[in-house]
Amino acid sequence: MSARDAIFKRLRERTDGPLTPPACDFSVVTNRGWSRAERLEHFERLITSVHGEVIHTTSDDWTRRLAEVLAAKSIKRLALGREHPVAAEAREALKASDVELVDVDRDIETWQREQFERVDAGMTSTGGGIAETGSLWLWPTPDEPRLISLVPPIHIAVLDAESVEDTFFDMIEAHGWAQGMPTNALLISGPSKTADIEQTLAYGVHGPRELVVLLRYAAAQVASA
Amino acid sequence: MSIHDDAVQTFTPRDFHRQAHDALGNPQIRANFRKAMDGLMTKRRDSFGDWDLETLRELGANIRMRALAKLPELLEQLEANCEANGIHVHWAEDGEEACRIIRELCEARGAKAVIKGKSMVSEEMHLNEHLEAAGIEALESDLGEYLVQLNQQTPSHIIMPAIHLNTDEISDIMHHKTGTERTRDVDYMTAAARSQLRERFMAADVGISGVNFAVAETGTLCLVENEGNGRMTTTVPPMHIAVTGIEKVVEHLRDVPPLYALLSRSATGQHVTTYFNMISGPRKEQEHDGPEAVHLVLVDNGRSRIYQDDELLDTLRCIRCGACMNHCPVYTRVGGHTYGTTYPGPIGSILMPHMLGLEDTKDLPSASSLCGACGEVCPVKIPIPDLLVRLRREAVGEGRGNVPGAGVKRNKKEVAAWKSFQWLATHPGAWRRGTAMAGKLNMLMPSNLGPWTDHRTAPKPAKTTLHALIKRHRKQRSDA
Repeated sequence: MSARDAIFKRLRERTDGPLTPPACDFSVVTNRGWSRAERLEHFERLITSVHGEVIHTTSDDWTRRLAEVLAAKSIKRLALGREHPVAAEAREALKASDVELVDVDRDIETWQREQFERVDAGMTSTGGGIAETGSLWLWPTPDEPRLISLVPPIHIAVLDAESVEDTFFDMIEAHGWAQGMPTNALLISGPSKTADIEQTLAYGVHGPRELVVLLRYAAAQVASA
Repeated sequence: MSIHDDAVQTFTPRDFHRQAHDALGNPQIRANFRKAMDGLMTKRRDSFGDWDLETLRELGANIRMRALAKLPELLEQLEANCEANGIHVHWAEDGEEACRIIRELCEARGAKAVIKGKSMVSEEMHLNEHLEAAGIEALESDLGEYLVQLNQQTPSHIIMPAIHLNTDEISDIMHHKTGTERTRDVDYMTAAARSQLRERFMAADVGISGVNFAVAETGTLCLVENEGNGRMTTTVPPMHIAVTGIEKVVEHLRDVPPLYALLSRSATGQHVTTYFNMISGPRKEQEHDGPEAVHLVLVDNGRSRIYQDDELLDTLRCIRCGACMNHCPVYTRVGGHTYGTTYPGPIGSILMPHMLGLEDTKDLPSASSLCGACGEVCPVKIPIPDLLVRLRREAVGEGRGNVPGAGVKRNKKEVAAWKSFQWLATHPGAWRRGTAMAGKLNMLMPSNLGPWTDHRTAPKPAKTTLHALIKRHRKQRSDA
């Protein structure tokens, strides 16, 4: 008998007989009832508590803020996508700057060492954010591959204020994740960190040591506010 | 060369008492654990501040119970959905078979270098030694695991593997093994480890990780981490092998958020970890990174035997947060290595007897004062103290006998002694005559009663029994 068959046989012919599955009440992980302002305040407080940096901006001014971040952090080589509107807008805005734009729609095998050693920052779009835990939600694509948010020492993420949900549970439900998951889905909450040396917190152990979130509000809303 | 005396020492559950004695006499170990556990207990309490913790624990326990109630169906569903996603699923009866499957997968690719994310199941089956014997180097990439491996040790905690080492000791280890400067600068040491390991990630042929939750509904493997080494391990090398126990499956994707909320807060007092990594397949044709092949090895190794029994089943709810050890007064004093098992502390004491048999682990269920802290903090409400008592019964042959090695502690003299006591205690006349006699002959009471009198004075029966005293007292009152 194969290992598989033997395991299933033992599980199915359980000595103490079949079990009854209990009901599960999920209300404790949803229905936060936060206003938009509370939600965003929560998000910012939580992500900054784990060393994330939040920059408030608008959908028509964000690339200017991006350029400021790049200058402030002396980022010379920025890895980013091409097709996603966030990447396309950034490319257009940075065309004339002295920041070198590094293409990421290349098979990693052809540029692994370059990505590990000669990229100053990676920029990505996000699918949304989670207020309760201060998390970003990323679904890497061929346009914005998995390692861009991990390998370079700085990760810049662009998040729309409208796409922040209250809880992780709400995110899964609102976007119907269970209907089809991508190759890789990620929640990112702050830069990489460890406390493995005598509980002392250190950032940037394997992944980025800095995470910058450009939090975009719709331009019209800010104008009317 | 190893830095510490205990680095070359091998620990075994058979020597629990001697190891505990040594650890209790080691002020460094005691200070390291005391400091770490105190910090973790405070952080956990603070992190649940805003939550209705009891309701959340109830939900966590019910989600795990539901998954176990449907275990065979969910494993079939997980297998089907993983395969549909392009993840190859393998089954292993025990650790040895799982090691063989993984070695063969590595050999088929001609792999020489393996990089590992943290996986307690791989520790349970001694995968690194197995691969090394076959000429395949297996390098740990979680910082704590890396340090422990450099020091030729095993993890002393399931979440914080190097918790037994302090900064100076780690500085020494890194200096001797990797040539870094001696320093107390944690950022320097972390950066050094980062650059050492980045080379190894790029060079690795295979990445091996564990799994925190395997979602049956979508065929998704979830990994929880802070460092990013788990993402590196599962994304950079051309092949990813995930290895986990068969009990790690959950039914729905929506089951994950409550368990993740409980896990990160219970383990390290974090409201969330840096990364939550959900993998649902290998690199697709148009994608530019990620492994070409993903394998999932599902290991039984005693779990389906635990599954047979309604009471023992609760053991399988565990989500491996380590809160039980952080709150255990015994673990805090003797440290993780003393147990001599992959999983130390309270969860280890109720899990390892099933994996290793009670012959080798008979002291573990007794390594507890039954204070109840482990059961109170368990995020999925495993009644750990009750299970410790159940395994004590199994060890003396009074359980249902379905734990390997049941009855190993049965002692004929002890059984006869308790039988006699039972008879005496249920026969009042004989009890009164017996206790009166014992009081009169109390000079004959032996002063050595085995281990019980190692640190205590043997009791002496009073000259006059309590019954006699009460009788006399009542008589005096009625006379007055």
